[in-house]
Amino acid sequence: MTDKHISNTHTGPIDDISGVTTTGHEWDGIRELNNPMPRWWVWTLYATIVWAIGYCIAYPSIPLIRDSTKGLLGYSTRGELKTEQNAATQAQTAMADRIASASLQDILANPELSQFAIAAGSSAFKVNCAQCHGSGAAGSPGFPNLNDNDWVWGGSVDDIFQTVAHGIRHPGDDETRFSEMPSFAEGLQPLEIRQTAAYVVSLTGTPRDPAMAEPGKALFEANCAACHGENATGNRELGAPNLADAIWLKGEGEDAVAAQIRTPRHGVMPAWLPRLGETTVKELAVFVHSLGGGE
Amino acid sequence: MKYTTETIMLGAGAFLALLAAAFAQDSLFQSHMWVLFFVLLASTVVMVRRVSFAPAARLPKSVVESEYFDEVIRYGVIATVFWAIVGFLVGVVVAMQLSYPGLNIEPFFNFGRLRPLHTSGVIFAFCGNALLATSFYVVQRTSRARLFGGNLAWFVFWGYQLFIVMAATGYLLGITQGREYAEPEWYVDIWLTIVWVAYLAVFLGTILKRKEPHIYVANWFYLAFIVTIAMLHIVNNLAIPVSFLGVKSYSAFSGVQDALTQWWYGHNAVGFFLTAGFLGMMYYFIPKQAGRPVYSYRLSIIHFWALIFMYIWAGPHHLHYTALPDWAQTLGMVFSIMLWMPSWGGMINGLMTLQGAWDKVRTDPIIRMMVIAVAFYGMATFEGPMMSIKSVNSLSHYTDWTIGHVHSGALGWNGMITFGAIYYLTPRLWNRTGLYSLRMVNWHFWLATLGIVVYAAAMWVSGIQQGLMWREYDDQGFLVYSFAETVAALHPYYLLRAVGGLMFLAGGLIMAYNVFMTILGHQRNEAPIAGTSPALQPAE
Repeated sequence: MTDKHISNTHTGPIDDISGVTTTGHEWDGIRELNNPMPRWWVWTLYATIVWAIGYCIAYPSIPLIRDSTKGLLGYSTRGELKTEQNAATQAQTAMADRIASASLQDILANPELSQFAIAAGSSAFKVNCAQCHGSGAAGSPGFPNLNDNDWVWGGSVDDIFQTVAHGIRHPGDDETRFSEMPSFAEGLQPLEIRQTAAYVVSLTGTPRDPAMAEPGKALFEANCAACHGENATGNRELGAPNLADAIWLKGEGEDAVAAQIRTPRHGVMPAWLPRLGETTVKELAVFVHSLGGGE
Repeated sequence: MKYTTETIMLGAGAFLALLAAAFAQDSLFQSHMWVLFFVLLASTVVMVRRVSFAPAARLPKSVVESEYFDEVIRYGVIATVFWAIVGFLVGVVVAMQLSYPGLNIEPFFNFGRLRPLHTSGVIFAFCGNALLATSFYVVQRTSRARLFGGNLAWFVFWGYQLFIVMAATGYLLGITQGREYAEPEWYVDIWLTIVWVAYLAVFLGTILKRKEPHIYVANWFYLAFIVTIAMLHIVNNLAIPVSFLGVKSYSAFSGVQDALTQWWYGHNAVGFFLTAGFLGMMYYFIPKQAGRPVYSYRLSIIHFWALIFMYIWAGPHHLHYTALPDWAQTLGMVFSIMLWMPSWGGMINGLMTLQGAWDKVRTDPIIRMMVIAVAFYGMATFEGPMMSIKSVNSLSHYTDWTIGHVHSGALGWNGMITFGAIYYLTPRLWNRTGLYSLRMVNWHFWLATLGIVVYAAAMWVSGIQQGLMWREYDDQGFLVYSFAETVAALHPYYLLRAVGGLMFLAGGLIMAYNVFMTILGHQRNEAPIAGTSPALQPAE
């Protein structure tokens, strides 16, 4: 296989197995056959090119100085989005308008409206609320469970609307919910804090060391009852949670309660009215109200 | 060899790294320069021990000049196997992190830092070393010429390893430009540019001094890969450093132009690094292993030029439905569709080369690996154009389908063809009669193939489910799933993916052992693979 440089004719010896001529070149023992390109391959390539030209005529494709060709179909991605958004809005307009003009009580009273509001609120909840309260609204430490009837700020649909609309500790909103539990690290001795915590936990029916819990009762009445109430059932006006049930917002157990007395953590929630508009906030309120604990 | 100049250069480099660490403008640059200093210092010590002080005249000269330069290729094969294991291992780790977020270990080993370590480890370290080693091997043999530039090939090899180490340690330290597959910062980019130009010089120089009248098709593909990667790398990394002694730099482009430049680069990194370069590999190792001529010379020419011309325009399909103007999206899509047949030209030529040697698929696990590689190549290059169609892309984009697509390409095509080449090269480079074990190659083949199938199938199902859940609306037009619900739904597929990756890694470990034992000169005493001996006994 020496001197097989026949570049003009590209024909060399015939390959015995396939019976096809070779090109006559050889590199490190590798030769090449003179097979033609498969027809289907060539025609498919041509077909994709023809299709590409057709597509470029139909759609925006050729850049010009300031703009580009528009294409025969007049398509644009922004136009398509606008059309789809308009269609979606259009389909919901009739119901959305009724929600907007109805009071929350009217919505609850009307099964058709409330059903729509719950579906709409559920959708808005997935996008805006699930990040903190969870996909199923079951909450997590620091973020309340919205499925139960333990409400920090009230469980009527109007209360829920107010909370969602103005948020909690949202800066710049005059109507935002605001509670202020002070730190008792200065006012109480470490032992006293533990005694108070033991008493608070004992209120839920969990047996505690009486030597710790009993002195805690007096401490509670002196320091905590003003907001959380004599029976520790909380005060929704002040956003003071009910401590007598077994539902804990910040954490469970004596240590967590003691930590909260020493250095209270304060939850925050944005005011949603400026972001989502009144109709969506109404729908969210109806949805949250429907989860099980609504009053 | 005297190595005096090399040693002095390394020592000077170490000193400069020390100075850079001393005057660094930020702590990240300082840490990174310390890394560089220790790497260069260790290299200097190694080199000093090899310096020969014998008079120059007594050194054996030009004895090896007539032979092929294979020592650097041996190093390249070992580096390829080493980085394969590293890349696959980190891949399994990040797959597990996605299944169990608790495995993220702050700050060095969280997903955000390990993910580029995995992608760069596989693409640039594993595939890059495979391309370096095979291109040096192929160009010498198909040109019948020793590598051009003498020790320049050593500079390319070690310079490239230094780039990998700097890139990898940079990721773990948290140094990144945030450009996919181009994460290393400006100073590492400059270093790679220097190494790459040297690589081009070695490769092109060898072709220019070839003793064959024609340039073999594999070398067209290798050359296209080297030249285009140089262009892509330089343009995409055009940036102004904040300080020449700091890590941060700002891209020369802004906004959507920056995005388009990045995906022009990103897409063609796949096109020229992982496709053109590996087609070069295929065009040499398949005919050699099969012992058959290339199927069609004409097809090789046409599909080469078509591939080179079409690929470079297809990048905008990564930016469908974004701020990119519609006309650019259209062109990106139609060029991707037109790219389908040029890509398949390589598959046809690869598979049809086995004409007359198909029985070897049954008897030779190495050729089987190469065939499955070409099959996965064909599948991935059909899937790619399909996913570039805007209506398909609107479902597939940002989902795990993309991850499945790149892995059927990377594991199936790049991985398998490289394994085949490594099994071909190892006995020949070390002058062994054969591999340590052909049965282990068979095990590797099945573990890797099943691993890919499990991986890709899991990601297809996961990606399509994810895409459908994201766009699911109820009959009143309301969103059905929250994002967190879609993530939770994918957990089983993420576990399956980790299983698939683990199988692929296990295959890689078997290969590493097999290659190691082959280099040591062992041969396993084993029964031949069924089919290699005649099944029928002659009648008595």
